[in-house]
Amino acid sequence: MKSLEELKEIREKAQKKIDLRKLGDKDDIKIMVGMGTCGIAAGARGTMESLLEEINKNSIENAYVVQVGCMGQCHCEPLVQVNYPNKEPVLYGNVTSEKASEIIKQHILEGKVVEALVIEGSVHKN
Amino acid sequence: MKRHRLHMLVCGGTGCHSQDSEKLIKALDILVKKNGYEDEVKIVNTGCFGFCEKGPIIKVHPDNIFYVDVKPSHAKKIFEEHIVKGRKVEELLYEEPNFHQKVEHQRDMSFYKKQHRIALRNCGLIDPENIEEYIALDGYLALGKVLSKMTPMEVIEIVKKSELRGRGGGGFPTGYKWELTYKNNNDVKYIICNADEGDPGAFMDRSILEGDPHSVLEAMSIAGYAIGAQKGFIYIRAEYPLAIHRLNVAINQAREYGLLGSNLFDSNFSFDIELKYGAGAFVCGEETALINSIEGGRGEPNAKPPFPAESGLWNRPTCVNNVETFANIPSIILRGADWFKEVGTEKSKGTKVFALAGKVNNVGLVEVPMGTKLRDIVYEIGGGIKDGHKLKAIQTGGPSGGCIPEFLLDIPIDYDSLTSIGSMMGSGGMIVLDENDCMVNISKFYLEFTEEESCGKCTPCRIGNKRLHEILIKISDGNGTEEDLERLVTLGQMVKENSLCGLGQSSPNPILSTLKYFHDEYVQHVKEKICPAGVCKMGKSEKELKVRIEN
Repeated sequence: MKSLEELKEIREKAQKKIDLRKLGDKDDIKIMVGMGTCGIAAGARGTMESLLEEINKNSIENAYVVQVGCMGQCHCEPLVQVNYPNKEPVLYGNVTSEKASEIIKQHILEGKVVEALVIEGSVHKN
Repeated sequence: MKRHRLHMLVCGGTGCHSQDSEKLIKALDILVKKNGYEDEVKIVNTGCFGFCEKGPIIKVHPDNIFYVDVKPSHAKKIFEEHIVKGRKVEELLYEEPNFHQKVEHQRDMSFYKKQHRIALRNCGLIDPENIEEYIALDGYLALGKVLSKMTPMEVIEIVKKSELRGRGGGGFPTGYKWELTYKNNNDVKYIICNADEGDPGAFMDRSILEGDPHSVLEAMSIAGYAIGAQKGFIYIRAEYPLAIHRLNVAINQAREYGLLGSNLFDSNFSFDIELKYGAGAFVCGEETALINSIEGGRGEPNAKPPFPAESGLWNRPTCVNNVETFANIPSIILRGADWFKEVGTEKSKGTKVFALAGKVNNVGLVEVPMGTKLRDIVYEIGGGIKDGHKLKAIQTGGPSGGCIPEFLLDIPIDYDSLTSIGSMMGSGGMIVLDENDCMVNISKFYLEFTEEESCGKCTPCRIGNKRLHEILIKISDGNGTEEDLERLVTLGQMVKENSLCGLGQSSPNPILSTLKYFHDEYVQHVKEKICPAGVCKMGKSEKELKVRIEN
């Protein structure tokens, strides 16, 4: 080790590998993907991978993805729900891989709900 | 680089390790790889979470789910439910003993709520065999800062100002120890890390070395720079194979990364660390005996002065600090003395790790601010007394400490308050006793230990402890007299005042403190020949005892 800068470089890289462990506190944004049988059959795995990839690409540090069971609206799987702390949750339906990256770009990065994807008639739509 | 969506941290400390956590890790790992999840999910072998009562432990990030009592046979279910379907496995969640409620998140568990982790900051959070995970959490940053921006005296000043005191039991101010060694000029000086953790029931040092070995290596290098040493020794018990293994891995990685060796951070400072194994003699935790042992001599203490700071290892100025003391150093350097002093009492700053054991629901390792009440440790963190029994006393400080009765549970604990009530901080063993524990028997247990562990060099300790032990046997056999109680006090005082080292100077404490707070119980033993807890046989055979119980 030659300098503090060199150490800090290693630190930056290493942090990305473990920053997941700092997440999960109440102030972080939780993104839930419905991974019941229905969700998986509708391609929720691809949706989740796309969400993760987009988070990684944009170095988002305050959001994490969790798999959850069936969320009930099986007719419009894959389902993705975004929980901002202290806000009403937003439920998206028919979230394909492409649409998933849209959610990250708009909702997580810019803070704007992707209205077109919000499930019609859901309790979350207002 | 792929980002995982889930990290599953499995405790690999000695407690969980002995309960097959390694098999569990392997089973999970195989399932993850076989099913193609390795880019998404990472299984990490960590150090101790402290919640040893319910080990093996798994913590899942980012869901913050905490599983307890996990067996290798649960691996399949955890994989299928949690990893594949994202459902938590209800049966493995922790249930609070007092409310009978399942708790999902670690942050909501009363065991963790009152804890404040400085020394244990990385235990259970990082993979101790991966130096990069330590670096990710600001590891070696303090060493870098010290070597690039500070003079040795500035380092010593910060440690002095933090008022950090030795966590091995003595409570000597660490900064002053460093300063004394610094001021003794010599071309060769040594840093020694005392990892000869010998108190029965204490395992905080082992857990730090197993869970976060780099924090100790980094602190030793910082201390080496501060006092002017180029070489450090870790004196560790040979009975700690896992800690030794992790230390060896850590030392090699640190050398690879140029964090041990010559010209660290391009400075003139070079430092390396070597392990020395202790053979399990309790007295070798005493610094002069420890030094004799490293030199290859008998593990016997020397009279002080000269102190090791003047003439220690191979007659060179030597600074001996305990594992937990070292583990505090990097944070103090990075965050400053004032940050450290925010926590604690007037004369004891920071936190202390206690090994909570005995008749308490949550046995484990807890780190709390100095000044926390014993009551909070036992009833909130510890979850109360097992099986609804009644608390009788708390033994702190191991064989050098004493028993604290129920009515003193509300004193804030620090070095001085414990000494003032006849006990001791010691290395932080804390054994909870209930009404089924006999205080005479507890004293007997500790005296048997010290009698055996006395090195025999000085007479008061060698013979005094033997006689004390004999009197206790006599009392518990039902042959004691009231004069014996007086003899325990006078002899105990004599041993305390005249012994050469800390072992003998504190070995009568278990007797003296129980005699003070549980005098009636001793009197019942000698006068009525009754052991109220029903532990001492009072000279009766098993058969006679059985008859007595049946009647």
